[in-house]
Parts: sequence; structure tokens; C-alpha cells
Amino acid sequence: MIPYSAPIQDMRFVLNEVVGMDRVSSLPGYEDATPDMVDAILDEANKLASNVLAPINFSGDQEGAVLENGVVRTPKGFKEAYRQYQEGGWNSVPFDPEHGGQGLPWTVAMAVQEMWQSANMSFALCSMLNQGAVEALTEHGSDDLKSIYLGKLISGEWTGTMNLTEPQAGSDLAAIRTKAVRENGHYRISGQKIYITYGEHDFTDNIIHMVLARLNDAPPGIKGISLFVVPKFLVNPDGSLGDRNDLRCVSLEHKLGIHASPTAVMAFGDNDGAIGYLVGEENRGIEYMFTMMNNARMGVGLQGVAISERAYQQARDYAKGRVQSRDMTDAKGEPVAIIRHPDVRRMLMTMRSQTEAARALTYYAVSALDIAKKHPDPAEAAKGQAMADLLTPVVKAWSTDLGVENASIGIQVHGGMGFIEETGAAQHLRDARITPIYEGTNGIQANDLVFRKVVRDGGAAAGVLFAEMRGTVEALKHLPGDDMAAISIGLGKAVDALEKATTWLVENGKRVPQAAASGAAHYLKMFGITTGGFLMARAAMAAQQGQADPNADQRFLDAKLITARFFADQFLPQAASLLTPITEGHLTVTALSEDQF
Amino acid sequence: MHIVVCIKQVPDSAQIRIHPVTNTIMRQGVPAIINPYDLFSLEEALRLKDRFGGRVTVLTMGPPMAEASLRKAMSFGATDAVLLTDRKFAGSDTLATSYALTSAIRKLHEEEPVDLVFCGKQTIDGDTAQVGPGIATRMNMQQLTYVAKIEDVNLDSREITVQRRSEGGVQVLKSRLPAMITMLEGSNSMRFGTMDDMFRAARTPLKLWNKDTCVDDEAKVGLKGSPTVVSKVFVPKPRAEKAKMIEAEGGASAQAAAAIDMLFTTYPKLANDLVR
Repeated sequence: MIPYSAPIQDMRFVLNEVVGMDRVSSLPGYEDATPDMVDAILDEANKLASNVLAPINFSGDQEGAVLENGVVRTPKGFKEAYRQYQEGGWNSVPFDPEHGGQGLPWTVAMAVQEMWQSANMSFALCSMLNQGAVEALTEHGSDDLKSIYLGKLISGEWTGTMNLTEPQAGSDLAAIRTKAVRENGHYRISGQKIYITYGEHDFTDNIIHMVLARLNDAPPGIKGISLFVVPKFLVNPDGSLGDRNDLRCVSLEHKLGIHASPTAVMAFGDNDGAIGYLVGEENRGIEYMFTMMNNARMGVGLQGVAISERAYQQARDYAKGRVQSRDMTDAKGEPVAIIRHPDVRRMLMTMRSQTEAARALTYYAVSALDIAKKHPDPAEAAKGQAMADLLTPVVKAWSTDLGVENASIGIQVHGGMGFIEETGAAQHLRDARITPIYEGTNGIQANDLVFRKVVRDGGAAAGVLFAEMRGTVEALKHLPGDDMAAISIGLGKAVDALEKATTWLVENGKRVPQAAASGAAHYLKMFGITTGGFLMARAAMAAQQGQADPNADQRFLDAKLITARFFADQFLPQAASLLTPITEGHLTVTALSEDQF
Repeated sequence: MHIVVCIKQVPDSAQIRIHPVTNTIMRQGVPAIINPYDLFSLEEALRLKDRFGGRVTVLTMGPPMAEASLRKAMSFGATDAVLLTDRKFAGSDTLATSYALTSAIRKLHEEEPVDLVFCGKQTIDGDTAQVGPGIATRMNMQQLTYVAKIEDVNLDSREITVQRRSEGGVQVLKSRLPAMITMLEGSNSMRFGTMDDMFRAARTPLKLWNKDTCVDDEAKVGLKGSPTVVSKVFVPKPRAEKAKMIEAEGGASAQAAAAIDMLFTTYPKLANDLVR
């Protein structure tokens, strides 16, 4: 069993000092998110994560979810854990109080959800997908649909799924073929969906599928797709469960990771067609899906942070206990724990600093979403929305790439033991590997960043962020100590490069989109490193300021400062090195003809 | 059923560090927690509430910052909370503390009759284990200390049956209600707080009581009411000598003979002294 304990101190520090929770908790409707309340929530969530969810992560991976006679059995302990999770009220943290939600800020929900994802990513996927269903219904569902389904999806009594992908329609949802036929008051749905996370399971009595399908008279392509609620069991007017709907789980995929999470192939309408209810208006399904994409993508980015944290904790514990070779400075000494060896330290510091930077970025981006949703001043809300829109692809892609990298470094720290499944380090890499793929591949995120978020507004939203970064570079110059000077110089150079790359993209993105797309992934990485470095710099400033208080935890603040300096020294320089690949990558990336491959 | 649980806020001794140079205790940033022994009593009280209904009131005497511990207790499910706080209470020993707490419990009893009072077995900072029994004596309640398990509560006959751990075994005791109980550590484990309870804990106003609210005799609280005098605090010196294990085979007389031999070996002059 590999233990996990939530990094509550860092979470709290990021929330209070980097994100500025007071900006969030002062928003109307978020008054409950006081520091005491947030502390209490983090403490209790950690208990569930570390005592209930983490202990069944490894066994869940080994056992996997299985399909027997059309029924999915989740691994031992999962059902009971779900009950505890649901009874604790954890499913409803960020949702609308009008339908039974707790109405807490998304920023707080993200910190809590990081714990579920770290403790047991396979388990946490169920509620992550449910969240998408809740949002789609909250935003676009009719009052009837809301009154029947929303309360139970929010409480977790039922779970929701997202049915988008079909064999021929992956990243390109325009190719969806699942059919919807109008029938007095409802629709009949038939077709096959794949990659349906928790499409079938034994946690709850009912499962509510959100299904994208096409009416036969719909316009072709992306504008002809509608969104439907298709319950596993039909619901009687009194709320009790009625007939089984015409849908079933055909099989479960065999995957590289997240084995405990049942990934279903779903068949709708084997007989007369599954009964479905339209969400919103016909042919607007894709548009509805995109309204919740920000949260969903932030959620996947969060998985990158979470898996990095879990892999770091495991590598750290192993490095402290594994004794091998003498200390370099003590030729005649006894063998020491490998954490004494500089290269092992480098790996641990890499994992630690990247995890902290990605956490800061994710929470910061989500706080912008809270401001967008709740700020009473429309101009401020719009600014928040622009910031959230800009950062969403960066959070999703940069954090998940780091998740894979850090899980891999975690294995390296273990040496040969990391390659052995029983150690548990390998699971993190296998689990992490899906995150750069689903919810829009990281390549799609990079294009989204370049074309929709930067080129489209001429770099305006990015400019607002860059100005903030410049302010931090200046502020650092006036603070004492070599660390602050080094961070200031490192961040300054990274921002220079990022601005140059942005200018180049704005100038060339529309004219030669092929060229811009060739360097898009590098640009996203540069954006992630620089923004991560910027937020680590803010963390360093807050840490230095905090050190003046004799009652503060000096060891923590000292570590924060050094970790921020490490990030500035080791990673910020990479930003500038990406400039040429961004502006000149197109010269070779697309130069070969197809038959030269 | 009305249950009162007395708790105390203490520094988290697990997180106290020793300064590497001065070897003094570093109190900075040490969080305050609910005395861990109190949690076993609180959990047991909550279980009784789950079974029989009613309410659990948590009560503490302490400085205003002790509010955090009461709210924490409510986030686990306690119904409401009383903070007994007054400068006049400062410096109370266990006698004065049990007097003040008893006064508060009497006032709670007037509002709704109290069936059970739970206290922690002892605290991790004072370690006296005197306050609970003190309250029981003052309230003329049966006291059931070191309880490992509550077997049954009969609200009709007003009886409670518990298993009490004692030296050499377990006593099964039946007693009348109301009673004062201290739970043994490990007898249960504290539940996780739910979101609903956390919100309730944050929103429910505490009852803030001071000496005027419930204390009749001001001379019995605080330093004035505390006859205990701490004359000296010292670290006991470890013994220089270690105990010796004497091994002997055979019956009692062989073992006695081995012990006597060892005495004579250890104290060579002993034989001489005895003869004299």
C-alpha cells in the first residue's frame, strides 16, 4: 500500500498567497468560503482521500473493473468508498445551492478534487464526468429535466456520463452518426458510443447518460448535433425508477492505465431505440458541450497536478528509505539513503517545483473562472472570463504533460524497483498517460491557445497577463536577496521570449496558419513555463514576506523560496530556447511530402 | 437524549519541534487541536445520538480561540456548543476547572435534562485525568471511567451497561443515568466530517458563557479557586543502573536461591553485614 497525504499546507498557501482567496470569497454567493471553512474542508477531504481512496488505488489497478453478463463490477472497496464520498456531501461542493449543491467556489472545489485525483484517479473519474453532466443540465436543461435529474446528480445518488465519442468521431465530433428520432414528447436514440467513462458501474441505482446525436433532418456537420438526456432506467413521475431503457454496455476497453475506471462501449437502441430527452434546443448540442469545456479541461489539467503530486510523494518516500552507495563527500562513510545523492535531489526538486507551479497555475486559472461567474461588475467578470479562456488550454496541456513527465521521473528515482509493478510507481505513469489525450488532445489545446485565444483577439487577453508578469519582474527587483534577483532576471527573459513569440503568432497566425500550428505545442509549453514561473515568483514574494512573522512556519516558507528559485533557474531558461522552434519550426515540420514518411 | 461532551483545546504535541541549537520547545506555528482522548468520547456520544436521537452539546472552558475546537467538534456532528470563557477562569487547576464545567452543565441541565456527560480520559498536556471524575462527584453522577464499549442504554429503565477496562480484565458494569463516562483510547475512531456538518459548524452561533452566566461562587474558579501549587518543574534523571534479569530453572525455591545468590554477588559486603 502506497500512502498519500494531501499537501494541505501548499494548497492553503497557493489559495491564500498566490491566488488570493479573499478575491474569491468576497464575491457574492461565495461568502461561506472563509479561511476557517476552507481549512475545515481541506482537513476532512484529506481524511477521506488518504484513509479511504488512496488505500484502494493500487488494488483497484490490479483488479480492474470487469463486465459480467452486462453488469460492471468495480474493484473491491470502490462501491463502499463511493457511498462514503457521497454521504459526506463531497459530490455537491461547487454546485448550485438551489438544487442541493454546497455553492462553494470552484477554486475550493479544485483543491478538494485534487485530493481525490491524487488518491485514486480511477475512482475520481466518475465524479469528474458527473460534473460535466450537472453543468450541462444546469446551464441548458429545461425545468422539467432539472427537477427530475439535477438534484440526484448533484447529491451523487445517481451519476452522469458524457457520451460524445464514436469510432469514426473522436477529436472530430462533426462526424457523429448516432441517430435521434422525434416521438411524442421525447426522442428515440440509437447508435454506438465508445470511451464512455463509468458508462456502466455498480455505485448507484441509475446512470444518466448525456448523449450527442443527430436528427435525420439536421444540417450536416457540427451544427447538426443535439444533446440528449438518456437515463439507464426511466424515471416515473414520482421519482421512482421505472423500465430499463434500451441501452447497454457492450464491453469494457482494455487500457494502459486507469484500470479501475470502467471505460464502456455503449449500445443505444438495440430494439426500439432508447428514450431520450432533449437538452435545450435541437442542433445546439456542441455549443452546449463547449460551455462546460473550460471546467472539464481544467479538471483534466488538475489530474496532471494530482498525479505529479502522488508520484512525487512516492518517489520522495522511497528516496528517503532506500540506502545505496556512500555520500560523495564521505569516501569512507556508510552507505546513505539515495536522497543524499545530488542527481536524486535534482529529480525530486524537478518533480516538486513543477508540481507546485502547475498547482498554482491551475488554481489561479480556476479562480478567474469564479470571478467570471460571480463578479458583480460585468467588466471584471469579462476580464475573469478572458483570463480563464486564455489559461484553460495551458492548464490542460501543460499540467498533463508534466504529469506524465513527473510520473516518469518518479520511476527513475526508484531505479529498477520503479519498473516493477508491485512498487506502485509504474501505475502513476500508466494512469497519467491518458490525460494528454482525453478532453481534447494536447495538440488540440495548443491550436486552441494559438488560434482562438491569442490570434483571434490580437493577443489582447495575453497582453493583460504579460503586463501582470512585467509588474512582478519589477517588484522582484526591489526585494532583498539573491533569490529574488535571480527569479526576476529569469522571469524577465522568459516574458521577453513569450511576448516575441506572441507577436510573431499574431502577425502570422491568420496569414500562414500552417506555420503557426507547426509551433503551437512549443508555444503552449513556453506559455506554461512562463506563467508557472510567474506564479512561483509570486509565491516566492509571499514567502519572503511571510518570513517576517516569527509565528510562521519558517521551514515551509524557506522551502517555498528555494523551490521557486529552482524553478526559475532550471525551467524559465527553457522558455527562451523555444522561440526558434515556434517561429521557424514550420520550415521543417511540414516540409517533407507524405510519401517521404 | 441529551449528552454533554467536555473537550479541551491543546497544542498538537506531535508537531512541537525542539530548537536544534537552544534545545527549547519551538511553539511557533504549532496548531491547536482537540485533545485526542476527547475525540473517543465525542465519537461515542455521536454514536448514541445516531442510535437514540437527541442532541450532543460540546462544552469547553478556555480562551476565545478555543472556539475553533468547538466548531471542529460540530463539523463532526455535535448539535451545538458552549464556550465558557472569562479572564477570571485563568489559572484554574483541575478542582476549579471541574467546578466551572459543572456549573455550566447544571445550566445546560436546566435547559434540557442531561442524561450523559462524556469527558476525555485525560488530556495530553495536563495528563491528570481528574476533571471528569471531579464533575461526576460534584454532580452526584455515577462515574464510568476507562470505558472500552457501551453495551446498552435503556432509556426506559434509565440504565446504561458498559465494559470497563481494569487491571487484569474487563468489568461489565450496569449503572443508572445520568452518568459521567470517559472512553478509552482506541475504543472507536472519529468519523469524517460531512460537508453539511461543516456548513452547520460554520454558521451555528456558539453559546458564549462567562462566570456571570453560570458560576455561583467566584472564589471557586481561576487562581483563587485552585489550591494546587506547582512548586517545581524538573526533568527526572534517568537511573544510572539498569535492572537485571535473573534467570533460574526449577521451582520457586530454585528461583529464590538464584535471586539470593545474585544479591550476594552484587553486594559482596552483604554476607559480612548480615553476620554482624
